[in-house]
Amino acid sequence: MEKILQVKDLELSFNTFAGEVKAIRGVNFDLYKGETLAIVGESGSGKSVTTKSIMRLLPEHSAEFKNGEILFGGRDLTRLTDKEMQKIRGKEIAMIFQDPMTSLNPTMPIGRQLTEPLLKHQKISKAEAKKVAIDLLRLVGMPKPELRMKQYPHQFSGGQRQRIVIAISLACNPQILIADEPTTALDVTIQAQILELMKDLQKKIDTSIIFITHDLGVVANVADRVAVMYGGKIVEIGTVDEIFYNPQHPYTWGLLSSMPSLDAEDAKLYAIPGTPPDLLSPPKGDAFALRSEYALQIDMEQNPPFFKVSDSHYAATWLLHPDAPRVEPPATVIERMKKFPGSRYYEGSRV
Amino acid sequence: MARYIGKRLIYMLITLALIATFTFFLMKILPGSPIASADKLSPEQRAVVEARYGLDKPLPVQYFDYMLGLAQGDLGISINQFKGANVTDVIISRMGPSAQIGFQGMVLGTVIGVLLGMIAALRQNTWIDYSSTLVAIVGISIPSFVFASLLQYYFALQLEWFPVALWKDGFMSSVLPSIALAMFPLATAARFIRTEMIEVLGSDYITLARAKGASGSEIAFKHAFRNALIPLITVLGPMAVGILTGSLVVEQIFAIPGIGEQFVKSIMVSDFSVIMGTTIFFSVFLIVVILIVDILYGIIDPRIRLSGGKS
Repeated sequence: MEKILQVKDLELSFNTFAGEVKAIRGVNFDLYKGETLAIVGESGSGKSVTTKSIMRLLPEHSAEFKNGEILFGGRDLTRLTDKEMQKIRGKEIAMIFQDPMTSLNPTMPIGRQLTEPLLKHQKISKAEAKKVAIDLLRLVGMPKPELRMKQYPHQFSGGQRQRIVIAISLACNPQILIADEPTTALDVTIQAQILELMKDLQKKIDTSIIFITHDLGVVANVADRVAVMYGGKIVEIGTVDEIFYNPQHPYTWGLLSSMPSLDAEDAKLYAIPGTPPDLLSPPKGDAFALRSEYALQIDMEQNPPFFKVSDSHYAATWLLHPDAPRVEPPATVIERMKKFPGSRYYEGSRV
Repeated sequence: MARYIGKRLIYMLITLALIATFTFFLMKILPGSPIASADKLSPEQRAVVEARYGLDKPLPVQYFDYMLGLAQGDLGISINQFKGANVTDVIISRMGPSAQIGFQGMVLGTVIGVLLGMIAALRQNTWIDYSSTLVAIVGISIPSFVFASLLQYYFALQLEWFPVALWKDGFMSSVLPSIALAMFPLATAARFIRTEMIEVLGSDYITLARAKGASGSEIAFKHAFRNALIPLITVLGPMAVGILTGSLVVEQIFAIPGIGEQFVKSIMVSDFSVIMGTTIFFSVFLIVVILIVDILYGIIDPRIRLSGGKS
């Protein structure tokens, strides 16, 4: 498969009054053409910062690239000028944000907000842009698109606004679409509609999607691959089946165990103990070790490298080292692993 | 929209009637008489003068007569300040110079203030930002009479670029007073626009505009400016009334025969009908400006709908 975007050893810090916040501490991943990569993790894990750094939307005066590169179309995005980035933003890489209620300009008719990227990036007339915009609105399922072009954001519901934002992002047929928690602010039924719409559109225009979320239910629904982030690093990356049914990192175990399930026997929902690490002074070894009941002595001292589980599945935990003691994952995770061919708990074809 | 404005006009008339009534009775409570040297007149002479201006009638009749005249657009005649002149004519002739320096001052101050505020917000925490903030602080804290005197001293007396005072050289006479009046709106506009722009520039829709590939200037002018204007209009409306209707201090320093100067004098000589007339004129002005501001809101911010009370 063709790699469309490569993030290599990315390190990024924010210079604040309190000191240097190491928000991204060495992130590596590839994005393939046409796939959906979900990045999951709790608040402050660095998932939003990672994608905003791809778009270079972070405040220039405080955010600083420390190391690494973001390769896109043969160019390193970390080194481009803002002028060069303007030509990429909205045209080749587009973005959808979390809150549709605030991400449209309240004093501009949505028609103008839709035609703006078209007029900016493509050599077309206003009338043509308007036509494309109406088609886009129809594409995202907006009834009576001609009439609605003149309306303002406050005349639309939350779900409709997110459809408009999606239409804006798709205006120039971008190669990469970054969706930063696009359904978090919507209620569940609208959430499902928006997810269906995104999957549908992805097939139509053949774009790659980076989907940021903390909702594992959404991940299972949309993603081809999943990257789990914790403390400014990716701790585990693999296909959606590998992450859901053969997870290796204790943090992934924690995430999966804290997911409510319909057939869970115990009524109490699991919560990962403790709080995320302070990235002003990140811990020396595995950032999750202090919260993990599976932590080894070495986790406190040395940062685990990626261990290969399969060609597509890697996890950064010392538990995968040949010398590591064998530990039993939580019961709910074992239940999951029983269904996955290739996991050590696989129970054959009984599924 | 038409229905909304009609409704507003009716409210405006009610407000005006209340203001007129209130001012009328307040005037009557005040000690003093509009008849100059009233003490030296014999009771007979006094009765003659009072009868001429209708001051001998009982209070309710006087009030009724006044309101009746007001309804017909008649503000009465000046008793002593302008000796029998029609109050409407007095106000119109005095309004000219005040309106001219006020308008020039407002436009100058607002335009420069908005520019300063924009630049400060776009270059936040640089020396440009700090110097713009300094100008704003100076503009608000230096009283206008100090500033007017300084302008007069340097640009009229020392450099002789402009006339020192009086209203005799047309536009040239209006330059220094206009600049003196511009300082306050300038400082206010700069402060408001800076704060609001910084807030707007941090909002989600600006991030989305950047994600669409908009350049710095497109973001500032196409996306942010209009949204940053809304709170400024609220303060600029009433401020415009204050400045257009004359700044007493600036008019005194430059000896401009404006309405502010005339208003204060009329109070000192208790010229009843002139005080009433000017008060009502100011009120009409303020009410109309507030209406204009409300309509402007609707134009600038589509979320504020002015459709017959239904929002």
